[in-house]
Amino acid sequence: MKQETQNKPPVKLSVRNLNFFYGDHQALFNNDLDIYEKKVTAVIGPSGCGKSTHLRTYNRIFELYREQKATGVIQYNGQNLLDNSVDLLELRRRIGMIFQKPTPFPMSVFENVAYALRLHYKLSKSELAGRVEKALRQAAIWDEVKDKLHKPGTSLSGGQQQRLCIARAIAVEPDILLMDEPTSAIDPVGTLKVENLIEELKKDYTIVIVTHNMQQAARVSDYTAFFYKGYIVEFDETEVIFTRPQNKQTEDYITGRFG
Amino acid sequence: MKKRGLFLRKALNNATAACAFLATCAGVVFLFWILYTVISMGVTGLSWSFLIEPTKPYGIPDGGIANAVIGTFLITMGAVAIAVPTGMLGGIYLAEFSNKSRLGKTIRFSANVMMGMPSILVGLFVYTLIVIPTGKFSGFAGSIALAIIMFPVVLRTTEDMLSMVPNTLRESALALGIPRWKATLALLFREVRSGLVTGVLLAVARVSGETAPLLFTALWSDSWPAGYFTQPTANLTVTINEYATNSPYDEMHIRAWGAALLVTAAILVLNICCRTIFREKKS
Repeated sequence: MKQETQNKPPVKLSVRNLNFFYGDHQALFNNDLDIYEKKVTAVIGPSGCGKSTHLRTYNRIFELYREQKATGVIQYNGQNLLDNSVDLLELRRRIGMIFQKPTPFPMSVFENVAYALRLHYKLSKSELAGRVEKALRQAAIWDEVKDKLHKPGTSLSGGQQQRLCIARAIAVEPDILLMDEPTSAIDPVGTLKVENLIEELKKDYTIVIVTHNMQQAARVSDYTAFFYKGYIVEFDETEVIFTRPQNKQTEDYITGRFG
Repeated sequence: MKKRGLFLRKALNNATAACAFLATCAGVVFLFWILYTVISMGVTGLSWSFLIEPTKPYGIPDGGIANAVIGTFLITMGAVAIAVPTGMLGGIYLAEFSNKSRLGKTIRFSANVMMGMPSILVGLFVYTLIVIPTGKFSGFAGSIALAIIMFPVVLRTTEDMLSMVPNTLRESALALGIPRWKATLALLFREVRSGLVTGVLLAVARVSGETAPLLFTALWSDSWPAGYFTQPTANLTVTINEYATNSPYDEMHIRAWGAALLVTAAILVLNICCRTIFREKKS
């Protein structure tokens, strides 16, 4: 195992000493974590341990709520993305996010993908159509929706809606995709498709996925971070975490003794 | 153990149910009674000339109401043009940008107080603010008065509708790098479109029956409402008030009933529109 750590892939995002507060309540404590480029990093842990909270600092979406605050350093492209000087719109273009519940916009399938695309890029009509198709293909949903591009996004099934949201996120050409329990609200068939998709997507994107489902973490991820009560208890290659965890708490959680 | 008789309990239950039913009937009866009176009296005043001719001065037995219909339409649309954009922007501020600040709470409270403000006060306010300084009654002043009444309704409806949108939609829009204002106008508004339309229609219905604010501002007139910005402007409700209370002529009383029927019908149509739009959304 030690020789594997020698040739780790480049670090895309580096978290140091991250603390997070909901008002006076501290939810994350001194989190340190490296997210490797074009790998899938799974974040696991029992409910309320801070997995989603941690993920939601990467694109600063938590700032929607005034009482939430993050301190520390998240190094990305040579700057701390928690700095005020960071352009939020551009940051969020480069770090996309998929949510637990699929949230198609109240518009057509095509527009769902095209809307943000148009906002970030100057595109001719045909370029736009091409980019939308490409995104839908990448999200492995093109064949299912190519005949209903102008139907409302909400008319799709739950699993399709989630892949539509993925298409929407990758259309603007991000670096990193954050997935916050992306399959917990969809059925097993949809889940399988999304998992296969993650496998495909990691060729082009760095992916961080929060999941409740340990089998899922084992199946799709290269690295796994185990969170407990706001601390990162253990972080290593997924295979190591699931077969030879160094920490007793990790082992207990993996083997289903708590959580 | 001795059992209590069921009879008394059942009788009491039935009596309560009966009383509740009767009370409901009383409410509904008045609605239909009013409608019946307005319709039966109103139709006697309806005629082709009533609908296409303007009102005539005292002493001329014929004449219609067309100028007042157009005037009411203009004044109401003027109010919509002022109150809907400002009310909606205010609602956006409260729901999306105020972030539970003290200013936001103060604005919300003020809006609630404004909604309960007697409309005659609003009329007097605009009278002293615009009519006296300019020395002119005008339809536009009437629009401002009605806009002041509409504004808090539109503001609160917008805020309520936006706060019904799940945060997940907001988050997924922002997570794509869409700016907050754009996410609100293009996505959140679309999500609650029918609720917003309903809110505006209800606000219109609320003000289109108002008389007191127009009495001090638009006044009324026998001419076509060409001088909306500078002259007294004909409108239905003040005409009803004038004809019904100040005129000794029976023809005018009948025309007042006719006008009352038009106002009632318009408000009824607006309310039905609201219901249909809302029901469509649900299905």
